[in-house]
Amino acid sequence: MEYCLELKNVTKSFGEVRALENVDFQLNPNEVVGLLGDNGAGKSTLIKIITGYYQPTSGEIYFNGEKIDHLTVPKARELGVETVYQERALAELQTLWRNIFLGRELTTRWGFLDVEKMRHETYRLMSQSMGFTSSAVNPESHVGTFSGGEKQGVAIVRALYFDAEIIILDEPTMGLSLKETAKLVHFVRDIKAAGKSAIFIDHNVLHVYNVADRVVVIDRGRIAGEFLTQDITLDHLMEKMIRVAETGSLD
Amino acid sequence: MSSETKDITSETSQSYKQPFSLSRFARTYASQLGILGVFFGLWLIFIFSAPNTFLKPQIYYAFMSTVPFFAMMAVPLTMLVIAGEMDLSFPSTMAMGMVAFLWAHEYTSSVPLAFLAALATGVFIGWLNGLIVVKFGIPSLVATIGTQFFWRGAVLVLSQGMSGSLIYVRDSLLYPILVGKIGGYFPMQMVWLIVITILGWVLLNRHRFGAHIYLIGDNVASANLMGINTGRTRIQAFMLLGLVAAFAGVVASFHVAFFWPSLGEGYLMRTLASVFLGGTSVFGGVGTILGTFLGSFIIGAIEAATVAVGLTGYWTQLIYGLIIVLSVIMHTFLRKRVE
Repeated sequence: MEYCLELKNVTKSFGEVRALENVDFQLNPNEVVGLLGDNGAGKSTLIKIITGYYQPTSGEIYFNGEKIDHLTVPKARELGVETVYQERALAELQTLWRNIFLGRELTTRWGFLDVEKMRHETYRLMSQSMGFTSSAVNPESHVGTFSGGEKQGVAIVRALYFDAEIIILDEPTMGLSLKETAKLVHFVRDIKAAGKSAIFIDHNVLHVYNVADRVVVIDRGRIAGEFLTQDITLDHLMEKMIRVAETGSLD
Repeated sequence: MSSETKDITSETSQSYKQPFSLSRFARTYASQLGILGVFFGLWLIFIFSAPNTFLKPQIYYAFMSTVPFFAMMAVPLTMLVIAGEMDLSFPSTMAMGMVAFLWAHEYTSSVPLAFLAALATGVFIGWLNGLIVVKFGIPSLVATIGTQFFWRGAVLVLSQGMSGSLIYVRDSLLYPILVGKIGGYFPMQMVWLIVITILGWVLLNRHRFGAHIYLIGDNVASANLMGINTGRTRIQAFMLLGLVAAFAGVVASFHVAFFWPSLGEGYLMRTLASVFLGGTSVFGGVGTILGTFLGSFIIGAIEAATVAVGLTGYWTQLIYGLIIVLSVIMHTFLRKRVE
């Protein structure tokens, strides 16, 4: 079977610092992979390479078996990669509809904005997918006034709106309430049910274990190991994570 | 940037439109309503204190004749400031455009070609500003302090500091188009200001370029993550200001049919003040064209009003300062109330 995404021998250096070293990573169609690792292990660097934000120093990237040479953010999006960033990538002084279509505004000819359609779509997404019912939230609301969970909802709905094949969630539970976190876990299950793939990054082992088919552990820029969640208990996985943090090796 | 999406519009016919609410309207347009209030408030004060001046059309023709020279530039400057950038070199661009005009006219004896040469020079200077800022990562405030001196210096070197008559432009077809008077009263430069303002509004509010300008000024990191070419957009904004500055330089010079190497000096502060008076935030991400338009007429009217009201000219700057500071405080206050 063909991987929908594969990284071969990817290295990324920032000057003297090696953020990633000879990383091999695969994502199967309709698979949810959890990416675990301590702060600074290289999780964010890895996903920024997949989304085309960083160019790898060396190594190869394949989408559906096809090698992609110079991956950029627009190109990754064309290939169906959508990302919910840790920093959420929202423009807080702008209205909700501008945020939903950030960087991919719906336009008519000559690049003129189709403002009506964007407002309409935003309203539909809000009421159907985000479950915003509060009348204070409308397409003209400024995103800066939203709660953490609402902001996360905006970032997620934005990823969903554009037919994504691979959805990347970078620390999506950060700053969320318990109820909002439960909603998020539910949402990742929906991605799987819809036949799409996801990469779920978190340093909360519990969240990842609950939704992922496979867990990949990164430590100091290298892949330390990987497990199918069906083959390992949560306790065992936690034990291994602690051992990696202390010794740099799983066993 | 493709905008292919699932066609889901048909799934719901529900309208997002909510019944009109005055408080929401006031919140959405707080900043613009604020500056409108200042504008009409000052106007009323002027009318009551100097009815002989402000109830006659002459004063308004005078404003429409002189305000457009800097108000035109305030429109693209607003976009640049919304994008979180600054440009202090546009007064020098005005003059450098005219140097190109004089050169081209000397070689071709054609006023339209000379006009195009001036505009091209403006675009080039803007491009260079943008390039220095984007490619070398130099803060635009610092970079354009440098280019401001450089281009003013270039004007002085190339013109040998000499001014010159442009009396020949009066025979050109461009003269009535740029600075003629409709019906003998209404100045053409005001028409151009209105055109630039409307085009500026459309570009900023109804075009992808404007959408990206707001996003870059709001959060450049987000804009980059979401795949916006932030460098190119900022360079384009600098080029736009260069173009309009060169245009304003030609219009201002045609108006007096004379070229001064000091052309543009004195416009820097007025143009900047118009932008900030109009509610554009120096931190980027916020600002409107309407606010800038009203701001430039407030700035333009204060000088005449001070004298008409019976104060000496010494009061002008004091009143400028007062109104600018109070308005900026008002905008900040309104913005906080909204959030």
